[in-house]
This record gives sequence, C-alpha cells and structure tokens, in this order.
Amino acid sequence: MSDNGTGPAGFLKEVVRRQYFWGVVAIVLLLLVNLTKDPSYLSIGWNDANGALVGNLVDILRAAAPIMMISIGMCLVIATSGIDLSVGSVMVIAGAVSMQFLAAAPNTFAGAMAALGLALLVSAVVGLVNGILVSVVGLQPFISTLIMMLAGRGIAKVITGGQNTSAVNDSFRWIANGYLFGLPVVFLLALAIVVLVGLLVRRSALGLMIEAIGMDPQAARLAGVNRRGLLLAVYSISGLLSGVAGVFATASVMTVDISRTGYQLEMDAILAVVIGGTSLAGGKFNLTGATVGALLIATLDKTVVFLGVSSSATPAFKAVVIVVLCLIQSDRVRQLLRSRRTTGSRPSRKEAVAA
Amino acid sequence: MSQSPIVEMKDISISFPGVKALDGVDFRLFPGEVHTLMGENGAGKSTLIKALTGVYRIDEGVISVDGDVVQFQGTADAQEAGVSTVYQEVNLCSNLSIGENVMLGHEVRGRFGVNWKATHEAATKTLRKLGLGHLDPRASLASISLAMQQLVAISRAMVTQARVLILDEPTSSLDSNEVEQLFSVMRQLRDEGVAILFVSHFLEQVYAISDRLTVLRNGQFVGEYATGELDQASLIGKMIGKEITALRSLDSQSAARGHRQDAETVYLARGLGRKGSIEPFDIELKRGEVVGLAGLLGSGRTELARLIYGADRPDSGDVEIHGHKVAVHTPAAGLRRRIAFSSENRRDEGIIRDLTVRENLVLGVQAKRGWARPLPRKQVDEIVDKYMVELGVRPSDPNRAMRNLSGGNQQKALLGRWLATKPDILILDEPTRGIDVGAKAEIQEQVLQLAAEGVAVIFISSELEEVVRLSDRIIVLKDHRMIAEVTNGPEVSAETIVKIIADHSTEQNAPVARAHKTKEVAL
Amino acid sequence: MTAATMTESRSSTSLKDWIKLRLELLPTLAALVIFIAMVIYGEVAYGRIVQMSTMSNLLINNSHLIIIAVGMTFVIITGGIDLSVGAVIAFTSVAGVMLTNAGWNGWLVVLLMVAMGGLFGVVSGVLVQYFNVQPFIATLAMMFLARGLASMLSTVPERLAADASILALATQFKIIDGPKVNDLIITPGVIIALVVVLVAMFLLHRTRTGRTVYAIGGSEQSAQLMGLPVHATKMWVYVISGLLAGVAAVVYTSRLGIAQNITGIGWELDAIAATVIGGTLLTGGVGFVLGSVVGSLVLGLMIVLITRDGGIPPEATTIITGGILLVFVLLQRLVLARQRD
Repeated sequence: MSDNGTGPAGFLKEVVRRQYFWGVVAIVLLLLVNLTKDPSYLSIGWNDANGALVGNLVDILRAAAPIMMISIGMCLVIATSGIDLSVGSVMVIAGAVSMQFLAAAPNTFAGAMAALGLALLVSAVVGLVNGILVSVVGLQPFISTLIMMLAGRGIAKVITGGQNTSAVNDSFRWIANGYLFGLPVVFLLALAIVVLVGLLVRRSALGLMIEAIGMDPQAARLAGVNRRGLLLAVYSISGLLSGVAGVFATASVMTVDISRTGYQLEMDAILAVVIGGTSLAGGKFNLTGATVGALLIATLDKTVVFLGVSSSATPAFKAVVIVVLCLIQSDRVRQLLRSRRTTGSRPSRKEAVAA
Repeated sequence: MSQSPIVEMKDISISFPGVKALDGVDFRLFPGEVHTLMGENGAGKSTLIKALTGVYRIDEGVISVDGDVVQFQGTADAQEAGVSTVYQEVNLCSNLSIGENVMLGHEVRGRFGVNWKATHEAATKTLRKLGLGHLDPRASLASISLAMQQLVAISRAMVTQARVLILDEPTSSLDSNEVEQLFSVMRQLRDEGVAILFVSHFLEQVYAISDRLTVLRNGQFVGEYATGELDQASLIGKMIGKEITALRSLDSQSAARGHRQDAETVYLARGLGRKGSIEPFDIELKRGEVVGLAGLLGSGRTELARLIYGADRPDSGDVEIHGHKVAVHTPAAGLRRRIAFSSENRRDEGIIRDLTVRENLVLGVQAKRGWARPLPRKQVDEIVDKYMVELGVRPSDPNRAMRNLSGGNQQKALLGRWLATKPDILILDEPTRGIDVGAKAEIQEQVLQLAAEGVAVIFISSELEEVVRLSDRIIVLKDHRMIAEVTNGPEVSAETIVKIIADHSTEQNAPVARAHKTKEVAL
Repeated sequence: MTAATMTESRSSTSLKDWIKLRLELLPTLAALVIFIAMVIYGEVAYGRIVQMSTMSNLLINNSHLIIIAVGMTFVIITGGIDLSVGAVIAFTSVAGVMLTNAGWNGWLVVLLMVAMGGLFGVVSGVLVQYFNVQPFIATLAMMFLARGLASMLSTVPERLAADASILALATQFKIIDGPKVNDLIITPGVIIALVVVLVAMFLLHRTRTGRTVYAIGGSEQSAQLMGLPVHATKMWVYVISGLLAGVAAVVYTSRLGIAQNITGIGWELDAIAATVIGGTLLTGGVGFVLGSVVGSLVLGLMIVLITRDGGIPPEATTIITGGILLVFVLLQRLVLARQRD
C-alpha cells in the first residue's frame, strides 16, 4: 500500500502493525516479571562438560521446540479454514511407537533411525486419515480430528499395552537432549523445520493456494485449485510434524507417558497460531507469527511454574489468552476500537498479517 | 386508495464502503395498493427493502409507518409493526414441516405448551386462504417444489397479520399458473386493505398487477408514477437512463461481424448429461464463434456450462477436444484442456475477496501450472499489467484487495484471470449481471474481440437482447434440456427466442423436474 | 371449510405416508434396534444382561451421561457443539466437594454447582453469539479454563465426608426385591435424569423456544429473517448445556463421593457420540432427546459388554467409541446425500 512510510519510522510502524509484534512484547513482559522475582533469571552460563549454554532462556527454547513444530502444521491447517485437534494425540502415538520399537531394538544409531522413521510414518498416516475424512468424505474438520484426538490416545495405550514404556538408545536420546553450537538440538531442528516449511510454502505457489481455499473453497475449486490434494497434504504435514514433536517429547526422558505426553497440546498449537496473527476463520497465515506464539507459550509455561502455580493449572491461563484474542479478532470489538480512533490511517489487516 | 400513506420513507441514504447504495430516495406506500419498485440490478431496490425491514441501518432520512417515525432494529421489529417480507430466495427452514414453517413463532399454545393439533389447523386455514388447502401441514417443506415453498412463505407473512407485505421478486421461480395464483392472492389481500410492495423484473407481470410504480436508478430516486400513465418503453428509458445509446452503438458493431461456418471444430460433446441437473445434449463449438445460451433462470444453462468445464461431473456422454477424446471431470481438468468458466455467482464462486487483484488475476494460471512451479515474478507482473490495462480494471493498483473493487471491475478482473490462462473455450455465465452500463458495454466488446481472435465463447445471459446481439448461434434451453438451436441472423430477435420457449410444451415431454417449470420471460 | 374435512383427509393418509413423514425418526429407531440387538447378544453370549439389576445399574451408572447428552442435543440441533462439558463437570464437582467439606450447606452447594455450570455456558454462549467465535473454539477454551481452574483447586482426589447430605442423591431404593441381588433399584440421581429428559422433551417439542432451536439448525439466516429470537436462543442452548453439566456433576459426585480434577476427560466425546447415535444430525436441524437417551444407553451397555467379555483391553474403549461415532457420522452423510438426490 502506498501509505507505508519509508525509513526507520516507517519500518517501525510496519513492525508494530504485525500482530506477532505484540507476542514479542508479551514475551519480554513475562521475562521482566520473572526478573523481578529473581534478578539472575536471564543469566546464561556455559557448561564445559557437554558444550552447552545453560540457563532459563535455553530451557525456554528447548520447551518451545515441540510447540513450534505442531504450531507450524496447525498454522497451515487453520489457513485452509480447518483445525487439527489431534496433534497432541499424534504426539503420544509417535512416542508410543518409537519407545515400543526401541525397547526391543538394539542400542544403535540404526535402531534410532528406524524408530524415528516408523514413528514419523505412523504419524503421517494418521494425518492422512484426517485429511481423507475432511477432504474426500467431507466431514467437518473439528469432528474428524476430535475423534482422532480421543481415539489416538486409546491407540497409543493399545500400542504399549497400557504401560508407560521406557527404552534405552543413546543416539535417540541425543537428538532430544544434545547440544549443537551451544544450543539444544531440538530447538535448532524446530527452527530448521520452520524455515524449511516457510520456504516451501512461500517460494512455491502452495501458500497462495492454501490461502485461496481457506478464504473461498468454491471459488478456488473453480479457479482450478486442487482442494482435495492440498487438504490431504496439509493434514499429512500436520500429522508428520506432530510426530516429530512427539518423538522429541518422549526422547528427552526416553519414556512415553501415555496420559501426559502431548496432552492438551492442541490448545497450545491453536493459541500459538492465533497469537501469530492467523485468523481462525482461515485465509492469510503467518508462520513467523506462529513461531513467536510458540515461544510465548513456552515462556508462559515456564513463568507459571516459576511463580509457584501448579503446572496443571496453566490451561486456565491459556484459555483466558485465547478468549481475549478471539475477542480482539471479532468484528464487534474491532468496530468498537475503530470508532474510538476514526482519524489516522486505517491499517489494513491483510497487509499486517502477510508473512 | 386511502389518503395517508401507511409507509413513508423520506430522503433515505445508505452507504457501504466505497458505494452509496441509496442516495436521498423517497418512497410512499398506501393501504390497498400494489406498488412496484422498478430498477435495474444494482439500482438499490433490495437495499431500500432491507432499510424498510430493519436489516440495514439507514445513514440519513426518516421512515414512518402510520405516521409514526420508526427505527426497526431487525425483522422482528418490522413484523411487530405489521411489515412482513417474502424474499426471492425462499427463507424458510427445510428441516421443518410446512405447517411449522407457516406458524414458527406464532404456534398456538395450550395448557401443555404448543398445541400441535390447533397449530396445524391454523396453518391449514392460512394455507387455504392462498388456495393451498391441498398441502399437508405435517409434510416436510423439502418435499414440495420451490414454487410451492414461495407460496408457503407468503402464507407465513399472512399469519403475522401483515398490513404491509413486501414481495421481493417472488415470481422468479413460479410458472404462469402459479403466478396467476399468486396474483389472485395479491389482489385479494389488496382488496382487504393490505399494502403490497412488489419487486419483479418481468414487465408483463408488473403491468398486470401494480397500481403504481417507483423507479430507482443507481441508488437515486427517478420518479413515482401511476402504472397507467407510463408505457413500457418510457419505463425502460427511465430505468436505464440516457445511457441506452451506449448499448445501441454496440448493436451495429455485432451486425457487421460474421462468423465463418467452416471454422475448425474445437469442442464436440455427444450425449453429455448429468442426472437431476441436465438431460443429455450434443454441442459443437467452433473456433472464433460466440454461442449464446438462452433460457430462463433454472432452465439448465448454468448446469450445461458447468458440465463442459468439469465443475460438475457428467454421468454420461463423450467429449472431444481438438478431435481427441478426453474426460473433463474436474475444473482443474477443464483448465488443462484450455476451457475457462466464469461463474454467474461472482461473489461466492468467482473472485476471492480477501486476496489482492494481482493474486486473483494469476490464480488460474498458477493453478494450471501446479503448486510446485510458481510463476516467476516478472511473468506475474506482465500478466497483471497486460490485463489491468487491456480490460481497464480500475483502480489500477493491483495490490488492492479484490473486495474493495466495484462489481464491474471485479468482473473485469475475473475475466482477466480466465484470459490469462489462454483459453480456447471461454464460458461466461451472466458476466454482465449487476454491473453498471459502462462496464457492461466494455465486457460485451471484449467478448466480440476474443471471438475475433479465435476463442470459442459460450455466452449466458438472462437478457435475451444481449444474447441475440452477441451470438453467432443461440442454443435454447428449457426444463433442463436443450430444445432448439438457432443460427443468428437479421430475422432473429428476442421475440423469436421467447416464442420458441413458449411454444415448446412441457407437458408432452417427459416430466423432468416439476420444480422447474415454464417461466415468464424477462425483458 | 371445517376442521372435520381436515381430520378426514388426515386419517386417509396411508402407513407409507406416515413413514415418509417420520423419516427423520429412522436413525433413532435404528439406535433402538442396535440397543435391543446388543441386549440380546449380551444375554446369549455372556448371560445376566436381561435382568433387573443389570438394567438398574445401566441407568444408575449412566445417568450423568444421559444428562449431558440431553444438553448436547440442544447445542447440536442449533448446529453448534459443546466441548466443555467434561471439564465443567470436573470443576463443579471438585468445587462442590471442597465447599461441602468446608462446612457449607449441602443443598446450597448443589445449587451452586448447577449455577457454576450455567456460568460456563453463559461465557461460551456470549463468545459464540456476540463475538462470532466458532462454537468448538469457544467451548474448547471453556474446556481448558474449567480444567485449569479445577487443577488450581486441587490435583488430588477430594473425598466427601460419609455424612455429606449430597450423598443422599445416590441412595438406592428397591422398587422390586428380586431373588439374591437381582433387584430393581432406583436412585434420586436416576430420577433427576428422567426429569431432565422430560423437561427437555417438553422444551424442545412443545415450546416456541424449542422450535426456534430447530429453526436455527435448519437455517440461521431464515430464522433471523422470520423474526425469531435467534440471539437469545443461541445463548440459551449453551447455558442449558452448562447447567446440565452442573446437574450431571451433582449426580456423578453423589454416586462416587469423590471428585478429581481429571474427572470427565473425554466425556464430551461420549456425549457427542450418544447424541449422534440417537439420530441428531451434527450439522444441526434434526434431533431427538429420547434418541440421545438411547444413544447413552448404547454406550453404557457397550462398556458392560466389554467388561463381561474381558478379551478387549479397557484402553480400547475410546477407540471403539470414536469408531462408532465415526460410523454414525458417515451414515448421516450418506443419508443426507441420498435425500438430496
């Protein structure tokens, strides 16, 4: 748009307009809160033993990694005006598959790779089933993935026979707990996934097509966009990325906790996506925003625990955040805000969320 | 007619983002009259009705009912004040029974809640008043034809003891018998003192039923007339204004053009059909030819076009394109075969409102190339520049969201999307509906231009004049089947087509779908 | 014409017409047939199904499910969904038990529990109706809120004192004293469920509000244009669902005497499944309270059969419930596609 200012002031204006800017602000605020309780909260040390940075910030990055992965998949699904409620359950399925496999496999690198491959394959298949139910059968996305969300945990229980299976495999453990350039491997991997998926959708025409079917499925179909194929792909990607997240979540402790692994993480993913400025109605999406959202959620989780609140209470905070965000996105509140400041340039929302 | 109006609207203005839908319009409605609101698409008829019924908030002006100034917050308020509306698309609940639909919100209540027996009796009583006594109020609404549903909707309005009845194009899906039935009901209600606001595009009907007319044009008030004092020709003149000359000039242009009959056959279909949508038909399209599809709303024109493009899946027939046997079962397949289809439903099946004009323009080409081969930026710019200029899309900024453009410019940009795919066959379904006269002439000109460049064009329009003016050949449809094919010439006019449709008796042929019967012809 | 001619024309309609008119009843009848088939199969395969104690226990153990399924029926008929019921039950029951143990009057606590459930419904309803949030998102948020709040109250099982007055609601009254333990037993909890069902049937089928619920499910836009109170009614269905979740919490807590923050995980799926099995269309517009009751009993009986069988691992029950729901949703799509042709 022509009303964009140039120079640093214009750049700043542009940044403030992006919704995830406020996500960054929230992260900073949360860190400040922690800082007031413990002035050394932000300090980062160096652990010579394993060549790693240590500190609360590093912990946050590590915790953010699985959320980043599922948020990226969720972001694409939401852009098609769908939803994937099964991400948490796919995580536990992937964890169960890998642990059950490793428990019987030798402690070798090959064993780790085989477990990883098998877990990811199963996750992608679950995602594909979601995709088939949504695009071929034509069920509402939330109902197909809700069934998968509840049945998925059952499937994981059947896989492990109701046990919390543990296994030993050093290579497998390294990907979750290891460090590279002083940073956790998981975080670097999550970052790589974000960049890869980002390049994939923005350098190809995938992004445009996903947005088109999210905004207007009928018009997109008549324009020749292959809706069915895209939906299958998007749900499969979401399943696959949840699988990756699930493997890491279990690999860090080398145990799959049937009832807790990935539990309620679908809310984290949805929240991260919404914080990032992608509307739940579908259409324009923003992967960078979803990543910022994931980091914010990890920070929130850590802060709540740090402040001495039970970690099982965090869902309540997240629910409040998502309600507030939904309110901000609703037309009613927008109108109210708009009438308050009728003067001044009207920011175009579409511009603001374009990645 | 009594002396004081029951509804008086003064100086009404309503603006939507970018458009002034109504600009200082006056309207008066007296008890015991049928008053028709006339105007072209986009003249502001529906907006005026929605303002009266409280669906839209008015920006300026005063509405009074019975001399009291009113501000309806919604349909419920309007109904309370005795203003009931029946819309063009039947607004009933098809999951409920006929009787329930008539009585919803007015069910007869007894000691144990709703008394269904009494409610159904009351429904039957109302239905009988409109000559619908044969309907079982317990039957599902979905089990009766669209025309019957329309009459049921009117019965519903009568339950609320309406003093003002608004009928927004109620006849567009009724056959002549049903229209007569409706008219006798309207006359009966009028004689009982009900004020009826009527909207219709069918001039014959307007002259048959209405006492007075109010004409709107481009959101402005043109005048209020007694039906007797205005003949049809001057009425049309008032509706479209002086710009009628712009259309005339195009007439001579098309007459000068002639299509060579020996051109290469691009598309050939035999026995192409789909159950419940259109009977099997044969069609042949030649290079550089404009084929018009004429027929009434619901005659199967759109269904035919959708089958050719692959928007619907045909269940019978063979298709040859450039002499090769092919199957076109999805829009993507149609696009690959160089067919392009611009839907009549521009809003929901055409443009993507929240994407930019640029993205809308390249979407077709991009879909054809597949997701993995994005159009290089330079090529995108070329396409955008070319078609924005060639088609005169305004404003000329391609980075604007599509929703900010006017209807005519959206249509032009949409045409650009299809032209960018370099089609051999271009299907345009109602490309000129609801856009201003200038844009209309430009699009008509484009069609002729494209044909001259060798594209085979299928042109669909409710305006028979337009079809006759542009087409080399005209295919006439009725009741979901192709009934005639006419080669255009000086002796062919809109009347010729009307006669073909009227003379083709439905009864002797197979009863295709009772819901879609003969309809009166639009102007 | 008189009413006499009308009744005459009514009585002349044949059985075939009647069936045609009642086409939407078909899925409910199907559910009933399934239930009976399951009873027969269970009796033949495992025995001791068709007897008073089993049937009494089926009702007693599933009265809470029946109650939330009834609430879910209202919501789904409008085309919405309520994912928060399980979590709302967890919160209200934990809060209720803690208040009782803190010495509050038992009956006041019962009222409070129902009211708290209603409050969650109010919030969902406001989000859905006035802020245009999609129902599943709004109620998902409520699910997390309620679950989180319950966890803040307590993360361990909260036990009611043995003399808590709320436990009276689980008192077992013998209606028929059968041989050995084969008695026909009823509890106030079951009676509450029955009253809920009757009131809901009256509301849905015999009041204008109820008919508006159906109209909204058929076409919200039409309902609006017909001048029906769409806003208020859409609000109400979520409030009703919330209130009934509160009632279910009362019934469930009185039966177990224990409340925990993890109570009711996955119950929203059970309630949705019961509703859908009972013939309510997930897309809205069609549904029956009695169908949902049958659906709940089908699910309850399924658990009984799985337990009796012993061969199926208990962890597979969610898979089976999910599978059944999926099958019924697919059937609905098939039937709808048929009707359209």
